[in-house]
Amino acid sequence: MKKLINGVDEVLSESLRGFGIAHSDLVEVSLEPRFVTRRAKAPDEKVALVSGGGSGHEPLHAGFVGIGMLDAACPGEVFTSPTPDQMLAAASAADCGGGILWIVKNYAGDVMNFEMAGEMFEGQCAMILTNDDVAVESSLHSQGRRGVAATIAVEKIVGAAAERGDDLAACQSVGERVNSASGSMGIALTSCTVPAAGKPTFDIGADEIEIGVGIHGEPGRRREQLRTADELVGELVEAIVASTGAGQGSEVLAIVNGMGGTPLLELYLLFDAVSRECDSRGMTISRSLVGNFCTSLEMQGFSLTLTKLDDELRELWDAPVRTAALNWN
Amino acid sequence: MTKNLISRLIAKIADSICASADDLTKLDQAIGDGDHGINMRRGVEALLKQGDDISRQDFSTALRKAGTAIVMSVGGASGPLYGSALLAMAKTASSMPSNQAEVGVVVAAGIDAVKARGKSDAGAKTMLDVLIPVHREIENGSSIDRIRRVAEESATATKPLLAKKGRAAFLGERSIGHIDPGAKSAALIVHAVCEVLEKR
Repeated sequence: MKKLINGVDEVLSESLRGFGIAHSDLVEVSLEPRFVTRRAKAPDEKVALVSGGGSGHEPLHAGFVGIGMLDAACPGEVFTSPTPDQMLAAASAADCGGGILWIVKNYAGDVMNFEMAGEMFEGQCAMILTNDDVAVESSLHSQGRRGVAATIAVEKIVGAAAERGDDLAACQSVGERVNSASGSMGIALTSCTVPAAGKPTFDIGADEIEIGVGIHGEPGRRREQLRTADELVGELVEAIVASTGAGQGSEVLAIVNGMGGTPLLELYLLFDAVSRECDSRGMTISRSLVGNFCTSLEMQGFSLTLTKLDDELRELWDAPVRTAALNWN
Repeated sequence: MTKNLISRLIAKIADSICASADDLTKLDQAIGDGDHGINMRRGVEALLKQGDDISRQDFSTALRKAGTAIVMSVGGASGPLYGSALLAMAKTASSMPSNQAEVGVVVAAGIDAVKARGKSDAGAKTMLDVLIPVHREIENGSSIDRIRRVAEESATATKPLLAKKGRAAFLGERSIGHIDPGAKSAALIVHAVCEVLEKR
């Protein structure tokens, strides 16, 4: 394993500390227990958005803490759900009287830990589960679909709804609307190495790719030979469209998300392919995001997310946001 | 006696999990996200750290404190599952069980909590596929030796199963042919408990 670290046990604390120093204008970092909160005081009675999940997906979620998005994030160990003590501490730090909205990616561990926190939290709270990954959705899998990069759209749009004064139920409902309007699918060219494990999560041949890979290196639909970017994008768009019902006349937000080890040169090339593919299907990409937002450590690969937009969702996406990873006025 | 037994249980379980942590991680790398051994080790280290305090308590309080330590340290799915089991067992056990039937009642409460927390049951390729048969043996009054053997065999028997819960469920048919890491850690814990009780 070759990583820029001091020791595997210190990776998370040192990285979080660095994040806190680098973005001290936006966030405050607690190391014991681990959580990140927004520095700017939120309006009274605003719904507080608290998310979290395993580390290794940066900038998700701490990079989205700030004005117009998350109020707090709880980073777990690498690829491991955070624990309820972190969530409870983050919730009480972020609570400004409007209740807590937990935003959780659909993984057994994350769901169970957030559920336990919800049971222990003394106050109003609700949960949104994201499950946008269309790669695995056979009815055999009672776990349901995985939550991946559409979580960014959910956090951004619900963050704007909370900022404009929507109450807890309204925020939850807009979040669920974004989630069900979204579909994602990813492809891996290489594996990734969890620092504490010390070796790659899976083996993959030099010319092989994993279609439908998860953001923890979980296998997807199948293993096959590398193909052209256009062919891969064509397959992803087809799978997403089949699941979300986007098509002729749909307006979408398109997120081309790097898995951590893919150069922007390739991500923009992929976006060009996505743009042509959507054009040929009569779909309009009215909003876009290209970069590394929901990563899988140093994995080479990418995911595509398409979220169907309407006037309200587009307005909320456009609303000001000031976080380490997303920043516009 | 109680104190001594609890501290020996913690020590034995911790030994066993730490010795097999790499194996658990390997199993999890095959069909999960590759962190089960790492998480379980973090859990037993939290137990060891609070071991003196936990073993000073009555049986129910000790279970509750151990469950809380697990929930707050492990993360992943195994933290809430093992933690919820211990917390439920704490509520059921008013005092140290004095016979096998009483042990069965306490273990049943733990299993119910795992089912509820994980929304799962037997046959989904999870720790329940070890815990449920082990509980059946306890209820039947089986010997410690037989209980231990059933735990090991049940873990191995998860190999041909199709995972329906946890991250392995996302693999579908590709989960077949691997032992479930949660079933394996459950078997290790049962094995460790049996060893301690046998020497009592």
